[in-house]
Amino acid sequence: MKKILFGVYAAICIALLVWAFELAVNAPAEMMQGDAYRIIFYHVPSATVAFTFFAISMAGSIGYLVLREKNAAKALAWDAWAVSGAEVGIVFCTVVLVTGPLWGYRAWGIWWAWDARLTTTLLLWLIYVSYLLMRRFASGAQMRTSSAVLGIFGGIGVPIVYIANRIPGQHPGPVFGGDRASGMAPEILRPFLWNMAAWLFWGILVLILRHRFELKQQAIAAAEAEQSLNA
Amino acid sequence: MIDTLLTHLVKDLRIEWRSKEAINSMLFFSLLVVVLFSISFDPRGAFSRDIAGGVLCVATMFASVSALNQAWAREIRHQVLDAQRMAPTGGAQLYLAKVLANFLFVSVVQILLAPVFLVFYNLHILGNAWLLLLVLPLGTWALVSNGIFFAALSINSRNRELLLPLILFPIFTPALMAMVNATTGIFTGEFDPTIWIKLLAAYDIIYTTVSLLLFETVLRSE
Repeated sequence: MKKILFGVYAAICIALLVWAFELAVNAPAEMMQGDAYRIIFYHVPSATVAFTFFAISMAGSIGYLVLREKNAAKALAWDAWAVSGAEVGIVFCTVVLVTGPLWGYRAWGIWWAWDARLTTTLLLWLIYVSYLLMRRFASGAQMRTSSAVLGIFGGIGVPIVYIANRIPGQHPGPVFGGDRASGMAPEILRPFLWNMAAWLFWGILVLILRHRFELKQQAIAAAEAEQSLNA
Repeated sequence: MIDTLLTHLVKDLRIEWRSKEAINSMLFFSLLVVVLFSISFDPRGAFSRDIAGGVLCVATMFASVSALNQAWAREIRHQVLDAQRMAPTGGAQLYLAKVLANFLFVSVVQILLAPVFLVFYNLHILGNAWLLLLVLPLGTWALVSNGIFFAALSINSRNRELLLPLILFPIFTPALMAMVNATTGIFTGEFDPTIWIKLLAAYDIIYTTVSLLLFETVLRSE
């Protein structure tokens, strides 16, 4: 039953992606930027998904630290969320860091600017890569505790990035909830929201898959440890 | 509470006083970085003022890693760290004492390095030079408090000496940015460094608090 539900969800995701792509390609060109603005259909949703997943990773880290002495099995599930959130978040953050310069070269004439938003996003990416490195280098139960602590340190960076996003710089100001000139024309807003939904659904699909994979790996590692104890 | 902290601190200071390992290695390393940078960039005139702040901060950062790696390695020999874990005292004092000791070591290195630095880069400070007395300790505290914490975090991993800079530098980067901008503002006198000093102080408060709260978990993570 679970498998069927998951299959249906995956099918919905793919249908949504196709539909959103159709809308993104056929949306009218923007007044100032022409076609270059279409990056917003991928850049902004990816950033949203990346930051959400980094938050999930931090929640997983906190959950692991809280539960690890009371309920080991539950704590492991939380740890699996921490690692999946970080990994999938890095993938989406990479998309943000690749699509950004593509647009920047068209709009600004340069690939990269060291303004607050770009720098902090890059920094966040670096912090989570170091988180994954930590998981590789450390070993055993201690690895989970150490990386959970590092995950919390990394998570503190997310609100800092968010605040930096509201500091004026080279990066365009917030499109929503900014000053009076912000906001979107309805014929662009509709495809934008569909793309937002599609990428969010897709991100959650990948996240769930990664989480299940991690749980299986934990089970295999536990079985191997028990086998070597009994041998 | 304070007694425990002082005991830890005096012990670390005494070890350093007798061996002088940390200060000597840091001093020589930072001297090397300063020389290498001045060979690579040929600092003259206004340009030297522009890059001097960055070189000073980066030299301190690289040099301190060698001392930070040693900070806990000393405790591993003869199972001292296991004894610390079993001791009825809290982890916070142990952590704070280590931070204070290494903060002193790095500050000593900076004081000794300063004249060499002024000579090599032909520096005439155009801004408020006394503000450096605020910026450098704040930046050093950010570096050392995070460094001691992450050194403890990576102590039982493979290649811990390699891992420390890999996890420390990304987290330290916001503080480095504030430190470099503040010192550059002071050296060139072109802009007001106040905002960067505030940022640095906020960073110190946030990260030191989180480190103090989580250190117990790290110490007893086995």
